[in-house]
Amino acid sequence: MKDEITPEDRVANLKGMGSSRKRVEDVRFTQGKGNYVDDIKLDGMLFGDFVRSPYAHARVKSVNKEAALAVPGVLAVLTAEDLEPLGLHWMPTLAGDKQMVLADGKVLFQGQEVAYVVATDRYAAADGVEAVVVEYEELPVVVDPFKALEPDAPILREDIKDRTEGAHGPVRHNNHIFTWEQGDKDATEAALAEADVVAEEMIYYHRTHPCPLETCGCVASMDKVTGKLTLWGTFQAPHAIRTVVSLISGIAEHNIRVISPDIGGGFGNKVGAYAGYVCSVVASIVTGKPVKWVEDRMENLMSTAFARDYWMKGRIAATKEGKITGLWCHTTADHGGFDACADPTKFPAGFMNICTGSYDIPTAYLAVDGVYTNKAPGGVAYRCSFRVTEAAYFIERMIEVLAIKLNMDAAELRRINFIRKDQFPYQSALGWEYDSGDYHTAWEKALDAVGYDALRAEQAQRLEDFKAGKTRKLIGIGLTHFTEIVGAGPVKNCDILGLGMFDSCEIRIHPTGSAIARLGTISQGQGHATTFAQIIASEIGLPADDITLEEGDTDTAPYGLGTYGSRSTPVAGAATAMAARKIRAKAQMIAAYLLEVHDDDVEWDVDRFAVKGAPERFKTMKEIAFAAYNQAIPGLEPGLEAVSYYDPPNMTYPFGAYICVMEIDVDTGETEVRSFYALDDCGTRINPMIIDGQIHGGATEGYAIAMGQEIAYDEMGNNKSATLMDFFLPTAWETPTYTTDFTVTPSPHHPIGAKGVGESPNVGSVPCFSNAVHDAFRPFGLVQSHMPHDHWRIWKIARDLGLHG
Amino acid sequence: MSKMHVKLTVNGQEVEGLAEPRTLLIHFLRENLNITGPHIGCETSHCGACTVDMNGKSVKSCTLFVAQANGADVTTVEGLVNEDGSLGVIQEMFREHHGLQCGFCTPGMITRAHRLLQENPAPTEEEVRFGMAGNLCRCTGYQNIVKAILASADALNAQKEAAE
Repeated sequence: MKDEITPEDRVANLKGMGSSRKRVEDVRFTQGKGNYVDDIKLDGMLFGDFVRSPYAHARVKSVNKEAALAVPGVLAVLTAEDLEPLGLHWMPTLAGDKQMVLADGKVLFQGQEVAYVVATDRYAAADGVEAVVVEYEELPVVVDPFKALEPDAPILREDIKDRTEGAHGPVRHNNHIFTWEQGDKDATEAALAEADVVAEEMIYYHRTHPCPLETCGCVASMDKVTGKLTLWGTFQAPHAIRTVVSLISGIAEHNIRVISPDIGGGFGNKVGAYAGYVCSVVASIVTGKPVKWVEDRMENLMSTAFARDYWMKGRIAATKEGKITGLWCHTTADHGGFDACADPTKFPAGFMNICTGSYDIPTAYLAVDGVYTNKAPGGVAYRCSFRVTEAAYFIERMIEVLAIKLNMDAAELRRINFIRKDQFPYQSALGWEYDSGDYHTAWEKALDAVGYDALRAEQAQRLEDFKAGKTRKLIGIGLTHFTEIVGAGPVKNCDILGLGMFDSCEIRIHPTGSAIARLGTISQGQGHATTFAQIIASEIGLPADDITLEEGDTDTAPYGLGTYGSRSTPVAGAATAMAARKIRAKAQMIAAYLLEVHDDDVEWDVDRFAVKGAPERFKTMKEIAFAAYNQAIPGLEPGLEAVSYYDPPNMTYPFGAYICVMEIDVDTGETEVRSFYALDDCGTRINPMIIDGQIHGGATEGYAIAMGQEIAYDEMGNNKSATLMDFFLPTAWETPTYTTDFTVTPSPHHPIGAKGVGESPNVGSVPCFSNAVHDAFRPFGLVQSHMPHDHWRIWKIARDLGLHG
Repeated sequence: MSKMHVKLTVNGQEVEGLAEPRTLLIHFLRENLNITGPHIGCETSHCGACTVDMNGKSVKSCTLFVAQANGADVTTVEGLVNEDGSLGVIQEMFREHHGLQCGFCTPGMITRAHRLLQENPAPTEEEVRFGMAGNLCRCTGYQNIVKAILASADALNAQKEAAE
């Protein structure tokens, strides 16, 4: 057979890995034809809405439904009393705690669900909510996690009071949830005692919220005839939701179908199980009709899934030359009223023990205390892998604090402490095995790219001009070198509620050489339908454009643990490559049969198997697919499909070097990000266009968090930031422009060497922006000032340093 | 609650229906007319996911009663596709320049960009950033949205020149 097109053309036609393939999702999204949960409309569908507590801590004396039930259109009002006979008034959390579905005698945070009104439309449901009369008796409120642990602090969780053992070991106070310790305490304390220099600081990473543009919601539909429950919802982990719904409701798992339709951003907000899901399911069972619940923005910011809120006390020891000899950290973690953190079971503080960062630190110790307060539950990984962003912020601030103590340049301090390339795989003092890295190369590339020395010279000149009264603006240079740990994870140590954190892919090749693939993950904007098809295209030689990708329907997709913690590419991406390789192995046998040679005498070439030494004799994958179905091949079953369940041997460790230059007006506290350079190493790159998009978006979330975004409470436990008027989401106007760059250090244990990238920019950019603010004021003695660095707080820094004259 | 009769033009088609006086335009579009392109993101006019075009102005349909749109000419993102069903210029440029990720803000973004480019057919980057500041995106960091709108301006102007 004659082949006119070149091998390069054949590669390009596939639009496989490395290609900036345009997204297949966009054709429907750009014309408003996405299908999000609130777009679902079923015959006779009812609407649910919550009565929520205005108090942060109160006893619920009574709930009077009478007036609500008289509202036209209101069909039912559910309270804890109604759910109790079903055993559904409480639900298990992802962290081994339990949480009230509806207030059972008391409320523990403002916005907590008290009653669920079911009505014929959303307006009637809202009317019903207004008409429910709840009598509360206020209780003393605790919003400070340190005060919560004082001996005379009010007991928040009366349901579990006086216990001495929690889900993660011994507890020492009614408001204490767990203590989690990692590393060698004695050796670390000895290192601190013997060190030339010890820097000590409290680093607070404030409470914030993922705030995807689409809030959480669901539609529950119980078909009384078939006994089958269908649950559509904004679920980042649809299969896990199915299993959990089955376990807590008693409905057999095969009678539950969970569907995640298009999801309007997740960022961790849509991992957990919320009261709205449980109540909607119950309401559908009770009424026999589909029930929709979609939270509004205020409900979203008040009740579903906060992030961070870690008080991290750090000590870092070093020689006078700057070689770090030990790291100590004690974290007080504010978990709110229920422990609903989304972490693998064995990691109650997530992967906070990645807090030795990119540095070769011989000894380290970490202790985390989880604490109950009268705030919303959550503790989700807001675009990061389980507390990795807290860890990165901690170490990247501690490095800066140490640089001040040593009177050293922070770039140089990093350079002399980086784990060297030849040390990988690297065993960290807190128990991780870093798979691969080349930090020095990335760092030098970044410093060169921004012209680091010239920037420092400009900054010094500006400082002189400032002191001479010629300008009121300072320059801050923010540095960060972060290392993430993502891709949870090996089933031997990673599970959520006992569900192992493998993931899956099933690929079916159709006779004419196109394909469908289904995965256990679910895209929320990451573009899986585009990128996973690229992996398959490169592995089996069929064009990505001929491969359909489906996720999110538990009746059709293979079981998997979903999308969060940058795990899709590291875990499901690996499963995709492995499933594709199984197909290719069978295709090799078919090709050899068709070419009448031994299996070992054909070799793979982009999109075909060719006879070794005779490349003109070949069978394309398209031809092989047809033969697989339609030709009787001795010893082979018909068909061409495969499934892979992939249990990763290790996590992946993406890293990056970020540098930001910020102009700061000392008198107004206003800031302007002059430039932001982001170098990311996520191993093998699947779609550079999508990677860049992820960096832009994640860095913008980081910009928001560092510079103004906060879930704030007053001392009464009132949420002061429950609308977008108060909760900062940057617009196009203030958002910086980013310059992206990369190095490629493949993961040695991943089938295609990919590490995942979606969360790197959030993890890396927060310390980068924050370090820039601190750096601007370093010459005036600023060591640590807590985020968010809004104009007022920066103005206060300047005032406190005496810079306002 | 008693209902009132409303009549408006949506994407070139005259539509009418009954709605409570308190019914928001976004709910009328989404629930009565099944036009689900415009989305609800915040209910306080901040996020712009609900942006539609009304009588030649960008409006946020989550904070407008349908009664206020009685008799109005409304365009949503669904109305911006070409007559043959292919993507309109701005829609195509958003795709081309990766100006969207989860897609939830996209209908509002594109509808606002459509109006912005009529108000200012040749905007600078700064003017695009200012002109789009009523629409929030949580995924893209705006960089590629801005690029897509600038490219749309060029493409639309080239189209206009070719037609003249």
